[in-house]
Amino acid sequence: MTEPLTTPAHIAQSIGLTTEEVFVGHHAGAAKAMRLENVTVTFGGRAAVRGVTFDAYQREVTALIGPSGSGKTTLLRALNRMHDTVRSAAVTGTVMLGDTDVYGRSTDPTLLRSRVGMVFQRPNPFPTMSIYENAVAGLRFNGVRKKSLLDEAAESSLVAAALWDSVRDRLKVHASTLSGGEQQRLCIARALAVEPEVLLMDEPTSALDPIATKRIEELIGELKDRVTIIIVTHNMQQAMRVSDRCAFLLMGEDRTGELIEFNSTSKLFSEPDDPRTLDYINGRFG
Amino acid sequence: MSSISFDSSLDPILSRRAAIQKIAASSIARRKVYSKVAISVCLLCLVVALIPLVAIITYVAAKGIPAWNADFFTQVTKPEGIPNGGVWNAIVGSLIIDGIAVAASVPFGILGGLFLAESDGPAAAAVRFSADILTGVPSITIGIFGYIVWVKTVGSYSGFAGAFAIAIIMLPVIMRAAETAIRGVPVTLREAGLSLGARRSTVARRVVLPAALPGLLTGVLLAVARGAGETAPLLFTIFGNQFFQANPTKAMEALPQAIYTYSSQPYNDLIQIAWGAALLLMVVILVLNVGSRLMAARLRRERR
Repeated sequence: MTEPLTTPAHIAQSIGLTTEEVFVGHHAGAAKAMRLENVTVTFGGRAAVRGVTFDAYQREVTALIGPSGSGKTTLLRALNRMHDTVRSAAVTGTVMLGDTDVYGRSTDPTLLRSRVGMVFQRPNPFPTMSIYENAVAGLRFNGVRKKSLLDEAAESSLVAAALWDSVRDRLKVHASTLSGGEQQRLCIARALAVEPEVLLMDEPTSALDPIATKRIEELIGELKDRVTIIIVTHNMQQAMRVSDRCAFLLMGEDRTGELIEFNSTSKLFSEPDDPRTLDYINGRFG
Repeated sequence: MSSISFDSSLDPILSRRAAIQKIAASSIARRKVYSKVAISVCLLCLVVALIPLVAIITYVAAKGIPAWNADFFTQVTKPEGIPNGGVWNAIVGSLIIDGIAVAASVPFGILGGLFLAESDGPAAAAVRFSADILTGVPSITIGIFGYIVWVKTVGSYSGFAGAFAIAIIMLPVIMRAAETAIRGVPVTLREAGLSLGARRSTVARRVVLPAALPGLLTGVLLAVARGAGETAPLLFTIFGNQFFQANPTKAMEALPQAIYTYSSQPYNDLIQIAWGAALLLMVVILVLNVGSRLMAARLRRERR
């Protein structure tokens, strides 16, 4: 074993990958954060999205794109069991978070959601709480009481959400005094503070102006080393800018969404496998 | 290479993630107990709230059902000792009085609600305040008002006087329900109408009111349920009439009036009729309440 420590094989071994994966980059076979297998979501027996299979990789941003009604948001909400709150909704198929079966019998949805965070379309900071209280709300909900851990998580998450510098002197101020873009970044910080393994983002910039959108997009790129991101977006340019892989969904004849293509973002937007993807990204419909 | 240095920079986050997940997992048992306790308390409150309702319904049903027979629904009230008496006169009287009251209060109520919903001015605030006060005025006061304004002026007790008093009871209920229903119509629909060059009145008539219809119907039915059960406003206005009378310019009978009159008689057969009438009134009000909800839900479903 006199090999220098810098050979690809060595590096690969030290971080648990094959040599090929290191050469080709994380696109080839990085660890899978979430795996979806044949996922179908029905409302009152009618399928909204059917038979979706793909993997979301660690340290990557996976974008769900497609026209309205293709089931992007529905699918996203199936990943942290948000449909549990809708009586008529049912999810079939398999969703795996690492080794955890998301819909497994022994999986507690509350604990699961502390591992799979969510950011919504419209900024929704808790209006009665201060900036600080918003940032640590998830921790408090999960039973964390230690002040040092709360403070540490608040700072770390606000720094990560690029909000720390502008709010560090007014942490006790109500969150409603922030601008829309700041509020959304606070919501991202709030989700990050729980240190989830996966962060689901449902069109997080659709209610924001272009400048605030740009900041969030930059943020997404910075965050993917910390948390696996799955983002729903209406905006194909945004998907191109922020994502590593893309899932393209389309509504079929029976008005049920289906996965048309799952590919690396560069491939999907340059030479997609499915002609329908090409039509969509060229703006022929949708 | 960069991947390796990367990992160590992630360390604090990974360790914090582990710490948080450990706390979350260890506190979940306690949180589940709290959750169960909270749900149990809610259920207990629900049961406590339901006890009086269930008790009243079962008691009135048990007392009232024996009075229900063909004669009860088809015969007028007979003096004590004469068999086969019924409340046909009271049923007809209630239908006529409440029908007139609805016809009188619905237009004012809905237009008033529209005004409250569409106007932000001081006049609207004053009207809203008055409506709220009116809702809280004791019904006996409204009975006396009806007596002075209508009975004294016209010179006789009548179904119209009763309908007048009942309409005053219904008016604020309809108005506030209409306001809520109309406010529930998305602003974007209003704006879409205005942006086509429609006048506000046209938008209200063609866009807003149709969209608010399920809520308006619910409000009207709830107001009818409220008005149909009121007794005090009738006592001073319709006088009561043990004979059949469908002319609202004359003294009439009505179900609440019949209950009041016959329950205070010392004769068992008349008290029995009062129980039957109480059950009938209760069933009508239950049907109106449940029906209004079902209808609103169905209209909303059909529109999707």
